[in-house]
Amino acid sequence: MSSAETSTSSTSFGGMAARSSAALNSDARISVRNLDFVYAPQLAKSLKAINFDLPERQVTGMIGPSGCGKSTLLRVLNRMYSLYPGQTATGEVMMDGKNLLDADVDINELRARIGMVFQKPTPFPMTIYENIAFGVRLHEKLSKSAMDERVEWALTRAAIWGEVKDRLQSSAMGLSGGQQQRLCIARTIAVKPEVILFDEPTSALDPISTLKIEELIDELKRDFTIAIVTHNMQQAARCADQVAFFYLGELIEIAPAAQLFTNPAQAKTQEYITGRFG
Amino acid sequence: MPTSDTPHIVRSYEEELKRLRDMIARMGGLAERQVADSATALIRRDTELAAEVVARDAQLDLLEREVEAFCVRLLALRQPMAADLRLIVTSMKISSDLERIGDYARNGAKRAIVISSQPQFASLNGFSRLAHLVQENLKGAIDALVNDDLARADEVWNADQPVDDIYNGIFRELLTFMMEDPRNITAATHLLFVAKNLERIGDHATNIAERVHYAISGQILPDERPKSDSSAYAVVRPPE
Amino acid sequence: MSATTTAPMLGRDIAAARALGRRRRLVDNIIRWACLAATGIGLFFLASILFTLIIRGFAAIDLTVFTRTFEPTTYGDPEAPRGGLYHAIMGTLVQTTLGTLIGTPIGLFVGTYLAEYARGSALGNAVRFVSDVLLSAPSILVGLFVYQMVVLPMGGFSGIAGAAALAILVIPVVVRTTEDMLQLIPNTLREAVVGLGAPKWKMVTLVCWRSAMSGIVTGILLAIARITGETAPLLLTSFGNNITSFNLNSAMASLPIAIYQQANSGFPDLIDIAWAGALIVTFGVLAINIIARLLLGNSK
Repeated sequence: MSSAETSTSSTSFGGMAARSSAALNSDARISVRNLDFVYAPQLAKSLKAINFDLPERQVTGMIGPSGCGKSTLLRVLNRMYSLYPGQTATGEVMMDGKNLLDADVDINELRARIGMVFQKPTPFPMTIYENIAFGVRLHEKLSKSAMDERVEWALTRAAIWGEVKDRLQSSAMGLSGGQQQRLCIARTIAVKPEVILFDEPTSALDPISTLKIEELIDELKRDFTIAIVTHNMQQAARCADQVAFFYLGELIEIAPAAQLFTNPAQAKTQEYITGRFG
Repeated sequence: MPTSDTPHIVRSYEEELKRLRDMIARMGGLAERQVADSATALIRRDTELAAEVVARDAQLDLLEREVEAFCVRLLALRQPMAADLRLIVTSMKISSDLERIGDYARNGAKRAIVISSQPQFASLNGFSRLAHLVQENLKGAIDALVNDDLARADEVWNADQPVDDIYNGIFRELLTFMMEDPRNITAATHLLFVAKNLERIGDHATNIAERVHYAISGQILPDERPKSDSSAYAVVRPPE
Repeated sequence: MSATTTAPMLGRDIAAARALGRRRRLVDNIIRWACLAATGIGLFFLASILFTLIIRGFAAIDLTVFTRTFEPTTYGDPEAPRGGLYHAIMGTLVQTTLGTLIGTPIGLFVGTYLAEYARGSALGNAVRFVSDVLLSAPSILVGLFVYQMVVLPMGGFSGIAGAAALAILVIPVVVRTTEDMLQLIPNTLREAVVGLGAPKWKMVTLVCWRSAMSGIVTGILLAIARITGETAPLLLTSFGNNITSFNLNSAMASLPIAIYQQANSGFPDLIDIAWAGALIVTFGVLAINIIARLLLGNSK
């Protein structure tokens, strides 16, 4: 693990806000360059000239105070903002050499490659089996047995197979909160994305369910590139390989987790993580 | 309370804690070996072995820095609680105890080289016993940490007295030797320091046991442990 | 004891507090009795209507009302066969069903458009406004409109015109409930569906409609309950008929019109049949409302 650095040497970022991604031994799965975002044409920018990389198969944590733009940035990556007229993003979000913000990008295919798990668990009003199969059917034609396999695989990877295997045909609304969230994770990975975006996935859950999902994220990062927005910076400390700190729409600092939380380069970062903010 | 049998929900954290225990165990093992070899080098007048001991001390220093950095990282990233927190904090302190023990062993080895160039004037049985006792205590303390063995830690905590007794005896004996024949003074003085080093190693071993007791039970041992190091007050009068 | 504690209550303060309490309780009681009285008055009228309906209706109802078609009054000829409301019941069933079948899909799609595609847009606001106006528009106007657009070109009254008028009355009800039910669905669900890569139409049809289904069905039932009792539009479109006819191109009977005609006739036996018809209509609408409420309750 390149992230298990135990050296006490500090990497200096100089006095300016970090403009390059952290020096992890990974290629970037998604590269964000010069990204601006506004919620409506007449409003001020919610994201200002963001430069940011998501390294392949690593967990990138995004922290910052309320309104700093971390969720906004996450929702740009899979163009969720397109649902709402007036919200506009300009700049580059490069994935495999293509700018995802271009008009000719097939949004539905994009969202099959970049999945998202939301803060509030949202099971569909269908059976557990149908919940998983729904997403798969949008993009692939599978035979019944192949679909059965895919459903089982997704539920297993989401660490919930054992709890639901005997009631796949029962309604998904009958599961507990933690189970529902794992179901949503299973639903997202069933379409085999390359990137999974987590938007405060555990803020609605109790501590033990939270830990179970953090362990799940630990396992998922073997196969998926993961970005997780969290207002709980201890969660970012536990889960993330590299952490990005945002403030007022700008990326202030991005560094390996051990470094950011023991010796951040920017004063603002230090203020925030030690609780001496504003 | 010792760590429970149920592993932590997040596997990577569990593995990190295990790695910490392994690092301390490794460091402890290395320190024990240094003490053993240092004593052997002294008793057998083996300067090659002594040189090895001096060289190997750098490993212990490196390990100490590694353990400290790792513990800081664990504290920052994992928000450890209760037993985990005590384990991590005591590991940091124990690593510095072990590093000091290594320094004493190295110092003893250096002096062993000097002593072996001097004519031998006394049997070093006392040293042999002292070294053996100290090694046992050290091993006991490290084992207690690695195995969560509260009883063993308490045993070691109580076992400093015999060490102090032997040291007192050696102290007096060496003073006598020095008074007998001034040509012995060089060797005897170095031997005094070596004996003191060994006694200090014994103290550090007891410290480690104390910290292990805290890590496991969460209770701090009482201030006064049984000590009988009276060398600070020892006076030997020359025979009339 | 700090300086900010209140001084102990003196005798005259206690008396004043007690008087205030009495006044308050008095006002409280007055208001409560006024509300009860108002409720009583309202309930009285409701109860007396129902009472009269049940007394007169049950007196006149029997199996022949359901099975026999219209016969002229038996006044003056006791041997004449007694009539029933079969023709009217059938007519109402046909026109209501047809009206529902035409109006529901239109209302469903308009409601979906308003909730999913036109939120906040000027066109959406205009459509919603028009729908709300139509919801409480006098139904005679609808009848007049259909008269102009369908009856005159066709050259005569017809069942299809009646069904069209009823459809126009169904649409705004379904639009309102569909839009309301769809707006209840949280945006997080929509985002979750779209986040999987579903195109918008699939999100709407496969998930939103499914989520809102019981609410939408309730809306449809309420629409049916409304049009079952509509008289004015049918007067101008299907006009009523005294024979049992399933021909959509000619005038068709319906329960409300039959009640009106037979009650107007002045003959006691026909008036009795009219009361029976009123009872049928009332209980039919009541049954539909109860089913609708049960469905809505179950969906929660």
